[in-house]
Amino acid sequence: MKNIFALICGAIFGMGLYKSGMTDTTKVQGWLDIFGDWDPTLAFVLGGAIIPMTITWQLTKKIKKPVLANLFPKKPEQKISKSLVIGSIMFGGGWGLSGLCPGPAIASLSFGGWQGLLFFFTMALGMIMTPNIENWFSKK
Amino acid sequence: MNPEWIDGLIGGLIIGIAASAFLLINGRILGASGILGGLVDLSGRSNATERLSFLIGLICGPIILTQYFGLHLTGLTSDPYILISSALLVGIGTRLANGCTSGHGVCGLSRFSFRGIFATIFYLLSGVLTIIVFKNLVGIL
Repeated sequence: MKNIFALICGAIFGMGLYKSGMTDTTKVQGWLDIFGDWDPTLAFVLGGAIIPMTITWQLTKKIKKPVLANLFPKKPEQKISKSLVIGSIMFGGGWGLSGLCPGPAIASLSFGGWQGLLFFFTMALGMIMTPNIENWFSKK
Repeated sequence: MNPEWIDGLIGGLIIGIAASAFLLINGRILGASGILGGLVDLSGRSNATERLSFLIGLICGPIILTQYFGLHLTGLTSDPYILISSALLVGIGTRLANGCTSGHGVCGLSRFSFRGIFATIFYLLSGVLTIIVFKNLVGIL
């Protein structure tokens, strides 16, 4: 059952990404281009996504547990770690260079051509390497 | 054809509904980098099928829409150096930060999570700065 709903949620998420224009890298780079030809669309995307989610988080305080699980995810420790800052800066750099973040990179696999495939597999490789990079950092 | 901001708003609401359903039904946070990352680095072995199902849906959902609305181009660069360096930055960066636009942005901001707010500020600033440097100053984008 969990797998069926995960599949459905993934499909709805992908449709939203496609509909919103998040799979169009020129729109994403236009959003970041605040001193050039600025495209405000992404503000509406993020705003539109946050509205239902804000209501949902409030709802999770009222109902005891998710339909198919035993508890809602706990809020992680609210510490601003070095890896959060460095990671976010790295991610923002890659996001600006390519115009793709992980969700749209996956959602556009069927129509993104060889460029999309190369991006996806290199991104996945980066994800596989990350635990080793973290270990290397912590040894220093 | 709707104005672009209306498509953005509708698409955003659909994204929010997907994230809401995933939280209320499966009890999980919809974060693309976390779901994929946990699968490929094997840290999420215990629920690998749930992750894989989500990713299959994420790839197939847009295929259905492209049948009706046609392909819309991703506009992604063909420069292999930019593709590889940006993909490594996105892959490593989102795993170090434990989240991307969906996890920290959509799910974090709506929960008023400090980590989500900080991460979003940092990746937005970094993205804006990247565009200033590589598009407006160097001119390679």
